[in-house]
Amino acid sequence: MANKIKPRVKVPKTATAGEIITIKTLISHKMESGQRKAKDGSLIPRKILNHFKAEFAGTIIFEAEIAPGISANPFFSFNARVQESGEFHFTWTDDDGSIYEAKKSITVS
Amino acid sequence: MSINRRQFITAGTVSTAAVALGSFPYAALAFSEKSQTLIDAFAAGAVPAEGKITLTAPEIAENGNTVPVEVSVESPMSEQDYVTEIMLLGNDNPAPSLATFKYSPASGLARTSTRIRLAKTQDVIALAKMSDGRVFVTSKSVKVTIGGCGG
Repeated sequence: MANKIKPRVKVPKTATAGEIITIKTLISHKMESGQRKAKDGSLIPRKILNHFKAEFAGTIIFEAEIAPGISANPFFSFNARVQESGEFHFTWTDDDGSIYEAKKSITVS
Repeated sequence: MSINRRQFITAGTVSTAAVALGSFPYAALAFSEKSQTLIDAFAAGAVPAEGKITLTAPEIAENGNTVPVEVSVESPMSEQDYVTEIMLLGNDNPAPSLATFKYSPASGLARTSTRIRLAKTQDVIALAKMSDGRVFVTSKSVKVTIGGCGG
């Protein structure tokens, strides 16, 4: 598997003020659980995304503490109440400290 | 006599149901030792009550590697009354902790769907913590055909 980690986010382009929108996020990641064994019997070390955060204009809307029990290519769908136009900022944190980001803006009328 | 037969029966059924619910806050759910530790830490002294949470998971999961689940909690999500956290546990997983979701009034709804790994047939447990400290719990049994933790 190619190790290119690519986040994909779906946010509606427009909304009316006060509307509750649904956001879907998906990121390609193996989420090695640390439970699997290699052919020689040694444990494959754990390497997962352990944290996800969704912010809107600096306010945290949704956060997830992720354990190895979340499937590979972690998917989350959640909601947000939007009052004004702005930008969503999504951040995933890897066990090795890498950070993956995505941004999406929404127009609120 | 002011109470007729129909009223009497209704009253009797309701009170029996109330007693049955009251005496077993969540006795119907059996937790593994590891899960219990996590639940106690999450509840922080509160006694989890049943209700409020809707946990949707398939009855039979062909592949334990990706089991779609959705959890939602009834709440107005206002500044005064909202859901702060939801914890998902796989009762019999080698590490029961699956994920903890945090919400704020800006979330609008306390509803999340994701995909989880389940090692074998077991109960998926969802706990929710409210802004006033109340804790709710629910669980759903999922049959797993192929386990999802390798090994």
